[in-house]
Amino acid sequence: MKASLQALFRDAVNSLRDLLPIVIVIGVFQLLVIRQPVEGLVTLVAGGLMVVAGLAFFIFGLRLALFPIGEGLANSLATKGSVFWLIVFAFLLGFGTTVAEPALIAVAAEAASVAASADVIANTQDAIDDYAFGLRMTVALAVGFALILGVFRIIADWSLPMLIIGGYVLVVVLSNFAPPEIIGIAYDSGGVTTSTVTVPLVTALGVGLASSLKGRNPMLDGFGLIAFASLTPILFVLVYGIVV
Amino acid sequence: MELVVDTLKFIGGSALDVLPIAAFLFIFQWLVIGEKMSNYRQIVVGFIFVVIGLGLFLVGLEQTLFPLGRLMAEQLTDPGFLFESVGRVSSELTWQDYYWVYLFAATIGFSTAMAEPSLIAVSIKANSVSGGAIGIVGLRVAVAIGVGVGVSLGCYRIITGLPLHYFIAAGYLVVIVQTMTAPKLIIPLAFDSGGVSTSTVTVPLVTALGLGLAERVPGRSALIDGFGLVAFACLFPIIAVLTYGQLSALRDRRSKSASRKQE
Repeated sequence: MKASLQALFRDAVNSLRDLLPIVIVIGVFQLLVIRQPVEGLVTLVAGGLMVVAGLAFFIFGLRLALFPIGEGLANSLATKGSVFWLIVFAFLLGFGTTVAEPALIAVAAEAASVAASADVIANTQDAIDDYAFGLRMTVALAVGFALILGVFRIIADWSLPMLIIGGYVLVVVLSNFAPPEIIGIAYDSGGVTTSTVTVPLVTALGVGLASSLKGRNPMLDGFGLIAFASLTPILFVLVYGIVV
Repeated sequence: MELVVDTLKFIGGSALDVLPIAAFLFIFQWLVIGEKMSNYRQIVVGFIFVVIGLGLFLVGLEQTLFPLGRLMAEQLTDPGFLFESVGRVSSELTWQDYYWVYLFAATIGFSTAMAEPSLIAVSIKANSVSGGAIGIVGLRVAVAIGVGVGVSLGCYRIITGLPLHYFIAAGYLVVIVQTMTAPKLIIPLAFDSGGVSTSTVTVPLVTALGLGLAERVPGRSALIDGFGLVAFACLFPIIAVLTYGQLSALRDRRSKSASRKQE
């Protein structure tokens, strides 16, 4: 009990550390540059505390429940050698973690409300929710696909730079066909997907797989899954924009 | 009262968000591995924390990070503020007049990346795997400079309204050239560092900043110009880390040839 309280406290300190530079920089700018009264300071502070508490709870819970099972599964599947189950696992892992990714939930909702106020979609709550949901599912599918590709790459020993470069060439080509209003959202979704939930589990899968295969360097082969997970959402959202 | 109802609604919603990954991990554990979970209670408690935490975080986000990003964008592009700092009215403004925006963007990008716990963890790992060739602080500074430059340049793009994919295409062209010449060990690390450096807290703030700028700067649309800051914040650390790798390789070679001369 005492140990877990300490762990929870550590997580709170860490999320405070995430927020602290933002508070300091904005504080300095407010005091020295803008020099105007800030409205609703109380709500801002209360919200900030909720962010810290929420993030601390979230990461503490992840460490208690998700990470041990996820890492254990990733390791045992990687060493068991059933390629089929490994692929299924990789896809579901990418998909499931992305659906639960907080930054993506927030940004998809924001993108949907911006699209609604610009009359790209109907300005009703249903249409906004649908759009945000569609966006999140597209990105989640993309990350699932990225992990399949990444696992294949580690097994087959394909060159990472070549695949990444090819991917970005495709991004640039597709950008010419996509409607301009989706391009910004598409590019951003690449960076949004890879944070709190996805990175630790995906890294565990990659490093576990690379260490279980003969003649692979975990440093060279284990990393790089994240790189795929930030590339494919751009492609998928661009295609989503072209199709929808 | 409204806040409490909101919070409960968000917590309910986050239960649905966590459901797929939870269900799939349980099913896999039973069907494929065929082992029963031993620490059953710990896992249930953990999931409850995940759901409550996600709900709280999302409420706090809407109360704080989004409004703060918007507020900063509004105040730094306010006609009165700009008149005071550059002495011109808003119809005559050029992109240089928004210098406070660039400075703010650079500081936010740099400081959040420097403090990012997952970047610290990656740097320590990279340092031990590379046998000390990659410095912990050096890597963190490289990534932070990359994020700062990225967010700042992204704001310049929003203010001028230049097409996003030109910048991205040019950026990746640089990455491609660097990838061909940089030391091999640093490449996967560089590509991953782009995603790692933008944390869950930074992304919403930066997104709101971009949208706020696009709404306030004359002639820009939030939908077309407002997004893209996160993409910039992910691209430039890759360039920065690759450059860092190239510079350390160069220094390495220099000191080796210098010590040969001495012999």
